[in-house]
Amino acid sequence: MRELATELAIVGAGPAGLAAAEIALRHGMPVCLIDDNPAPGGQIWRGGQAGAAMAGHPKLRLLTATRVVAAPAPNCLLLESADGASQLSYHRLLLANGARERLLPFPGWTLPGVTGAGGLQALVKSGLDVRGKKVIIAGSGPLLLATALSLKAAGAQVIQLAEQASLASVSRFALHLWHWPGKLTQALMLGWQLQQVPYAMNTHVRAALGNDRLQAVRLRRGDEEIELACDWLAVGYGLLPNLELARALGCKTHHGVVEVDHVMRTSRRDVFAAGELTGIGGVDKAQLEGRIAGLLIIGEYDRAVALAKRRRRWLRFAAALEQHFSLQPAIAQLASADTVVCRCEDVRFGRLAKCGSWREAKLHTRCGMGPCQGRLCGAACETLFGWQNAGSRPPVFPARLDTLAGNPSTAEVT
Amino acid sequence: MNRHCEVLIIGAGIVGCALAESLARNGLAVTILEAGVIGGGCTAAGMGHLVALDGSPAEWALSLAGVQRWQVRAHALPAAAEYRECGTLWLASSAAEMNEAERKAALYTNYGVSCQLLTAEALYQHEPELAPGLAGGLLVQDEAVMYPPAACQWLLERAQAMGAQLLRGRAQRLEQDGVRLEDGRCLRARQIVVAAGNQSRQLLPELPLQPRKGQLVITERYPGKIHHQLVELGYLQSAHGNAGESVAFNVQPRATGQLLIGSSRQFADTGLADEIDWPLLQKMLARAFHYLPGLRSLQAIRTWAGFRPATPDKLPLLGPLAGHPGVWLATGHEGLGVTTALSSAELLSSLMIGLPPSIDPRPFDPNRFSNANTPICPHALEDALT
Ligand SMILES: Cc1cc2nc3c(=O)[nH]c(=O)nc-3n(C[C@H](O)[C@H](O)[C@H](O)COP(=O)(O)OP(=O)(O)OC[C@H]3O[C@@H](n4cnc5c(N)ncnc54)[C@H](O)[C@@H]3O)c2cc1C
Ligand SMILES: Cc1cc2nc3c(=O)[nH]c(=O)nc-3n(C[C@H](O)[C@H](O)[C@H](O)COP(=O)(O)OP(=O)(O)OC[C@H]3O[C@@H](n4cnc5c(N)ncnc54)[C@H](O)[C@@H]3O)c2cc1C
Repeated sequence: MRELATELAIVGAGPAGLAAAEIALRHGMPVCLIDDNPAPGGQIWRGGQAGAAMAGHPKLRLLTATRVVAAPAPNCLLLESADGASQLSYHRLLLANGARERLLPFPGWTLPGVTGAGGLQALVKSGLDVRGKKVIIAGSGPLLLATALSLKAAGAQVIQLAEQASLASVSRFALHLWHWPGKLTQALMLGWQLQQVPYAMNTHVRAALGNDRLQAVRLRRGDEEIELACDWLAVGYGLLPNLELARALGCKTHHGVVEVDHVMRTSRRDVFAAGELTGIGGVDKAQLEGRIAGLLIIGEYDRAVALAKRRRRWLRFAAALEQHFSLQPAIAQLASADTVVCRCEDVRFGRLAKCGSWREAKLHTRCGMGPCQGRLCGAACETLFGWQNAGSRPPVFPARLDTLAGNPSTAEVT
Repeated sequence: MNRHCEVLIIGAGIVGCALAESLARNGLAVTILEAGVIGGGCTAAGMGHLVALDGSPAEWALSLAGVQRWQVRAHALPAAAEYRECGTLWLASSAAEMNEAERKAALYTNYGVSCQLLTAEALYQHEPELAPGLAGGLLVQDEAVMYPPAACQWLLERAQAMGAQLLRGRAQRLEQDGVRLEDGRCLRARQIVVAAGNQSRQLLPELPLQPRKGQLVITERYPGKIHHQLVELGYLQSAHGNAGESVAFNVQPRATGQLLIGSSRQFADTGLADEIDWPLLQKMLARAFHYLPGLRSLQAIRTWAGFRPATPDKLPLLGPLAGHPGVWLATGHEGLGVTTALSSAELLSSLMIGLPPSIDPRPFDPNRFSNANTPICPHALEDALT
């Protein structure tokens, strides 16, 4: 096991983490930037030119394809990558490890050909050929538009965009966009680029149909149901912060986000959080928060506070997103008794419906006990049954026992 | 609301549920009270290894009977209970431990339990993944592993089928002839059994119970990697010594193909905070690698900690509580409560009904620590000898 030490550890090389890293490096502070993807950029940039300006900076240690798997001691993280484990000690820690998609079960959602919305986008970015394929994108939130755009750009035929929120709700959101001119321009651009794509509100996927593979999708729009043949179905119901690491560190969370003060300090000393972790609000919010945290960490308190004023706008944006794309009750009632909810352990809706809590479901059906540790089904059960799933246990991701065992030398001390 | 019943059991862990079933089978009107999830206390945290241990004659009697009761009922258990007769394989790493294996073998044989001493060569045929250099082992074929929450649920359902009632709620204090619940309800009962595991002390602060923390790690599925519950013979020393902290090699093949890795013991001064104690976990893993080097590269998916309800002499508290007429105890099962749930239930229900128990109840008398005449506990002797 390698022993590493740094002044500032940043988990997540997305917009938030990169913005903070840049400020710290410019100040001359040693930074260790860790991300489990092969290149920096986070969910939105996925490699590309992200972080190019910093590349090779003498004070930067960039650990890509590396996961933070546990926080075994104060100011210490366990990291794992294909070539081994390391233990990183730090003085300050910025959590910028983003969000994941909320996937909700509906009949047929486990058929090959059905993916998350961001999931399909990622598959395309990593080389999936969708040229000429018929794709339906459904779920909720602006991410669907971004997905549609990248699929179109990759040559797919997006035959339907289905948003579960009502037209009234989406229009209200759109009407408010002038508060955030950047977002408005983005939306107009998207609208322009997607003008050939049918975009239906108040519409959701009832079922994915097919025997061994997706063949068609049954959509419900208001009171009518239609079936459309297609090759791919991408469904995502917005994003959820990745709270496991923050919780492992003992940071307080509230309503599914990490609690921070105006300058991005968490409830734990020397631990900061920025980006989607503190509330789903998109790339601008993430970058701004990364900068605020960076300034505070290098000791520029006044500048951090000054910048923090701008954050309020983005918090309002995050709130507007949450409000206008909130799920309609029907979305929580799509699963039938034999719909799989927990994919790792093959637990179906009917068995879960008999349980009274997440813990009871876990203990008596094995829901959430598999390798993903409830990362997907925990969130689904929260939506479906209203169960709180606050507990998460180390490791943050499945990890080699060797990694968890740490260094024998450090295991002996205390 | 006022409810009346013959026997009220507080706590639907595996001990309370086994007792409910035993009393209901004997025709008593039983109500069992549970504040949380059925089998969600210590019962959900443990390894579920059904094993006879001979730390003392009393422990041997209760645990051997427990293993045998489960064997008899195994065919009736639901699949979810994952009962699997994988056997226990005790590992000897030295000639001295091999002597211990021989001593144990003689004991098993004496009691008609089949077991087999293994030479080093035979050991590696049974478990090729073991590290080289071991001296041999002792295989106890009929012992098993189980998934305790499902077995607990099954016992409860059996009890309910024989008329027992399940009531949801948290007992706040014992009163004359009854129990006051947190929500203000009062339950009247002729007899009350406190089977609330570690939390029994919230009702009876004077009980000699102390939570003894244990940590476990579970892996992804690797079917066929090992075949038996593997335990080091040094285990007895660490499990039964009263030392503050210890780890022992203890790895179990789950019915799912997962490996469950234990175990550690510590008296935590942190109360019931179940955070992982990393230095101790790491010591435990180092110990596990020492015996099974192949573990290093397996994927762990989860670690957790639980609290065994421990008494000073490692024996449960089973019987009437002096000074509290009508109050009985069924708690303090430390690290063997799954194994001994059925035998404890049988013993206590015999006492409650007034039948002669098949196991000598005196070593389990809840009042033994306050009674000056109690002989010094056999474990103190054992600790002095080893
Ligand atoms: C699947 C998906 C697709 C998206 N697509 C778009 C889009 O097309 N357009 C758009 O505007 N917005 C999109 N978003 C939203 C956008 O990514 C965010 O608004 C923005 O990236 C937030 O930045 P961030 O820095 O908070 O987090 P992220 O960009 O999510 O960065 C967090 C990084 O941390 C890494 N990480 C997480 N946990 C660990 C760990 N334990 N160890 C190591 N690394 C870890 C992640 O892999 C990720 O690279 C998408 C989001 C998701 C989840
Ligand atoms: C790490 C570890 C490994 C173990 N391995 C094994 C093993 O391999 N083999 C083995 O045999 N044993 C093992 N054990 C021990 C075994 O798990 C316990 O001895 C056994 O589960 C104790 O059961 P119980 O019913 O007494 O307690 P619990 O399971 O804790 O049940 C008590 C119940 O009472 C309820 N309760 C508490 N207070 C109240 C109240 N006031 N009102 C209402 N309800 C209340 C609780 O919610 C709980 O459900 C292990 C334990 C640990 C921690």
